[in-house]
Amino acid sequence: MDSAFIIEKSVVIVAVFALTMFMAMYSTWAERKVAAFLQDRVGPNRAGWGGLLQPLADGAKLFTKEEFFPNTPNRFLFILGPAIAMSTALITSAVIPWGDKIHVFGRDVVLQATDIDVSILYVFGVLSIGVYGIMIGAWASNNKYSLMSAVRASSQMISYEVAMGLAIISILMMSGSLSLKDITEMQTTGGWNVLYQPLAFIIFLICSFAETNRTPFDLAECESELIGGYHTEYSSMKMGFYLFAEYANMFISATIISVIFFGGYHFPFMAECKEAIGMNLTALIGFLALFAKICFFIFFYMWVRWTIPRFRYDQLMHLGWKILIPLAVINIIVTGIVMVLFN
Amino acid sequence: MGNVVLPADHRYYKYIEERHNEDGSELAILNLGPTHPATHGIFQNILLMDGERILDAEPTIGYIHRAFEKIAENRPFYQITPLTDRMNYCSSPINNMAWWMTLEKLLDIEVPKRAQYLRVIVMELARITDHLICNSILGVDTGAYTGFLYVFQFREKVYEIYEEICGARLTTNMGRIGGFERDWTPKAFELLDVFLKDFPVAWKEFEDLFTRNRIFIDRTVNVGPITAEQAMSYGFTGPNLRAAGVDYDVRVAQPYSSYEDFEFNIPVGKSGDTYDRFCVRNAEVWESLSIIRQALDKMPEGNVYHADVPDYYLPPKEDVYHNMEALIYHFKIVMGEVPVPVAEVYHPVEGGNGELGFYLITDGSRTPYRLHFRRPSFIYYQAYPEMIKGSMLSDAIVILSSLNVIAGELDA
Repeated sequence: MDSAFIIEKSVVIVAVFALTMFMAMYSTWAERKVAAFLQDRVGPNRAGWGGLLQPLADGAKLFTKEEFFPNTPNRFLFILGPAIAMSTALITSAVIPWGDKIHVFGRDVVLQATDIDVSILYVFGVLSIGVYGIMIGAWASNNKYSLMSAVRASSQMISYEVAMGLAIISILMMSGSLSLKDITEMQTTGGWNVLYQPLAFIIFLICSFAETNRTPFDLAECESELIGGYHTEYSSMKMGFYLFAEYANMFISATIISVIFFGGYHFPFMAECKEAIGMNLTALIGFLALFAKICFFIFFYMWVRWTIPRFRYDQLMHLGWKILIPLAVINIIVTGIVMVLFN
Repeated sequence: MGNVVLPADHRYYKYIEERHNEDGSELAILNLGPTHPATHGIFQNILLMDGERILDAEPTIGYIHRAFEKIAENRPFYQITPLTDRMNYCSSPINNMAWWMTLEKLLDIEVPKRAQYLRVIVMELARITDHLICNSILGVDTGAYTGFLYVFQFREKVYEIYEEICGARLTTNMGRIGGFERDWTPKAFELLDVFLKDFPVAWKEFEDLFTRNRIFIDRTVNVGPITAEQAMSYGFTGPNLRAAGVDYDVRVAQPYSSYEDFEFNIPVGKSGDTYDRFCVRNAEVWESLSIIRQALDKMPEGNVYHADVPDYYLPPKEDVYHNMEALIYHFKIVMGEVPVPVAEVYHPVEGGNGELGFYLITDGSRTPYRLHFRRPSFIYYQAYPEMIKGSMLSDAIVILSSLNVIAGELDA
């Protein structure tokens, strides 16, 4: 392992980290602007041009707010909750292939922090740790509403992770690899997965709403029944971490959908483009293409959030276990039959 | 939070002990309110919960009780109107008009047709805002915020009309004995025309967003149903009774303020569940719009806006300054020294969320001997514990907002 490799990876890691943070920050701004647009309002427009400095102002506000501890027997867990939520939200982006190879300083640099061969399993593993952040924080709050939210969040995430995992299996059957890089490469030659697996895409999309706790699955923090849900008792930056983790998760989910189903950094006529303008520029365009897809899905999350009502707890369970999981299983069987017949 | 200290001999503890012995699971007591964001006011419900399911509920009232009925006994009649504003503050002009009509019934005053029609218009506007708030808040409580903010701007438009009529927006204190305090300005009619043009478009969009939305239907159909018999035995009126299938509407049953001149339908539901209540209110908004249009069309010519009752209606200001009789009348009316018969009257109107009645007993003095408000919210809230028993916590919130229980009216 040479020092240039370490520098290269450090730069990529810092860039990916910064990108995740930046996107999570500006998702909050985008959420407010999109909500304002849908509700016939103006939205934040005081801090900076078009309210662009609003996330910074919010951050500064949260840092300077009083840190409140409820009367809880376990302060350590109360702090651990948001810490887990935040860190799991940030480490998922390590395995995302952000772009094709580029050639700089005489080296081929891969725009990915690490290409582990079980990246999908890694993503799922990290997502399931994420629920501990909510559970521990809510439980340590010593508040009945938070506790109810913790119960809802954990059962919701566990149920929808099953359907999500089953939806992905059909993709894995096609790609034969668990690496996100391989899945992307496969789509550059064979066409985007969404064309072959529309049902898996829809199931995955619905489950990703549930995994990120967004409307219509925001039962864990529905302000009308549970006040603030798991972050009712939180204040200052600990609360900021929870909110931030939600937006980081949303960004990661949008990225994973784009990578698995929409070809990642692939864009039409990529091969021709590579010949015409060279590798580095193509990789840059590829990165922008991925970014455009991510932004579209983030917008989609917001669009849904500000349009439709949320489910009730029992209806959510019904949808997860009785509709999505059977559909995902059927999808696996059909994929298997088709693969045996035509391959 | 969510904890509450109950007396040691409270019935909940007995249940908890019994259930605990039965199967090892534990019941919990959840304190919903009094300052819970979803209760839109100050309600407390102490719930006995089995997980997410509500087994029993104990409501507490009186958190914003302001003793209006007692205060009214010490006030001259015209000073009671501001109290009525603060009951159902989503539709205060209806409360104001109902109070003036009660007094006119007491004093046997015939209000000119044009003033009656103006009253009909302002009351129907108030009904629209009331239903608009109720239905859009129901959307918020199911998680859809956008519908609420989208139609809410039209409540502001209505408030601008109120502002043009009486100068106030929320607590209107509108009207006088025998009519209005001043004629409506041309601008008020202009604003009304704009409202009648723009609002139906937005309301149609709002309806389209919810009425066929699968999630909304799942959340509201068969949630908090109440049969017609139950509803009537509790004393339900208004949209909540009509949702259960009883076509009782005070505007038709006992017409007041010339409601008999207008043609409108009374929308009724079937099952009395949350979805029916939502749909009945939606339909009533359309009927109200139609009534307003009819009233504008049939409006008599001229600029009469109050009855000729010099004993009760303040003389013009110029006369007060230059005319002795006018000054005396002005003084007497302001001091509340108006001739009042010894009588007992009850006047019901169709309020925003049910039959709003004023039961007034006078003993000939300047203040009422006794005044009772028949407040529909108070009656709905009695049925609330029974309606939420066995449902989920989310349903309880939705049921409360679909009943349109207003804390100010409940506690008066």
